[in-house]
Amino acid sequence: MAARFAAEQGQSVLMLEKDRDVGYPVRCGEAVSRAGVQEFIQPDTRWISTVIDKFSFNAPDGTEVILPLPDIGYVLERRIFDYELARTAAAAGAQILTRAYVNGLILEGGTVGGVKYEYQGVQHQTNSKIVIAADGVESRVGRWVGLETHIDFRDMESAVQVTASNINVDPNTLYFYFGSQVAPNGYFWVFPKNGNLANIGLGISGIIGKKKSALSYLNDFMQKNYPAAPILTSIAGGVPCSITLKKISALGIMLVGDAARQVNPLSGGGIASGMIGGSIAGRIAADAVKMNKFEHILSYDSAWHNWLGKRHEVFNRIKNGIYNFSDEKFNSIAHAFAEIPYDKRTLKKLFMKALFNQPSLILDITEVFLY
Amino acid sequence: MNYRAAKTGILMIEILPDKCDFCGCCVGVCPEDAIELKEAEIFIIDERCTNCSKCVWSCPIEVIRFNREGVLSK
Repeated sequence: MAARFAAEQGQSVLMLEKDRDVGYPVRCGEAVSRAGVQEFIQPDTRWISTVIDKFSFNAPDGTEVILPLPDIGYVLERRIFDYELARTAAAAGAQILTRAYVNGLILEGGTVGGVKYEYQGVQHQTNSKIVIAADGVESRVGRWVGLETHIDFRDMESAVQVTASNINVDPNTLYFYFGSQVAPNGYFWVFPKNGNLANIGLGISGIIGKKKSALSYLNDFMQKNYPAAPILTSIAGGVPCSITLKKISALGIMLVGDAARQVNPLSGGGIASGMIGGSIAGRIAADAVKMNKFEHILSYDSAWHNWLGKRHEVFNRIKNGIYNFSDEKFNSIAHAFAEIPYDKRTLKKLFMKALFNQPSLILDITEVFLY
Repeated sequence: MNYRAAKTGILMIEILPDKCDFCGCCVGVCPEDAIELKEAEIFIIDERCTNCSKCVWSCPIEVIRFNREGVLSK
């Protein structure tokens, strides 16, 4: 997204992709709101697997509460979606190289002046006025210039997911499971895909991983619920569920997406927020080059903060409020929520029920759901 | 016995590369920037590792382990 927005403003852009394919392997549950997507790209059935209009909350005692979503969402085919995003960047004029592994930065005084990278077994380097690092959960590039990108292991959600076949669930509902048996301090998901497929996975904090791995929880769930389901793919990943880094830019460099820790810390969703971060960075970088005023990129920190970063701080406070809920608490939330008529159920009310005895968080919930 | 030396002594952390999914979770939590990950290649930079185990706890699929005996040279 950063490449596209910079290229659309006429800047010369080189995009270096570490993997052999853009967007593959897919390390993602693939769920996103329609609003989050259509801000950047017109929804297209080629990369929409299913349309979502309901949310299913599953408590540890088996109580299920379904609520309608205020706007529809999608479960994507990320492989096709990411290709399409890359195509739009290319159409705007960006050059793209895959299997290009960035292994160093060119430093000119205290300013980043380009990258060093390995491509087809040969070491290269390219000078550039601005480097935008989208190196994902690893986020090493920023570290090379002293940006503090390391994330506390307690805030890193260790995730594992399978895409399984013959999963008979409602294709328009996202299923979430909570509790100590399925995903302590995190959640378990079943996101339906076209053709009776589903992404089934979970994310847990590293503090839980000390005792039992995400993979063990997934195996237990599959054994219990879908023992005969054929597994088409399995994938591991890390989701940085924290607030954004204190600094996401320095002279000559900007960080975007997971590398900047721009994931929604409550949901772990990063598709829409990553695109927003990339678009802001691309625009600001292009403006800086056009104005020949490179310190302008330092305004990216506050631009991101005002757009979404501030909101993520609120989400993070809510996350910390519900992080340690007991199974009994999840059960009581589900029981209380089940008494609300279906058409009166909202996510805001769900969180209100969950946090009714934490008044400061009620204000936070009110704030985020006012948007 | 010839053990690989970590920053603070004998290296105890080892990655089982044949089982690794190369997701980068361990790289993100490593406070010493001691793990190098390419597309399908991963290794510990021994002289930076402090055996803190955060990578072990964060690995979703149990391919990094803490070896109490220390990790031998290959």
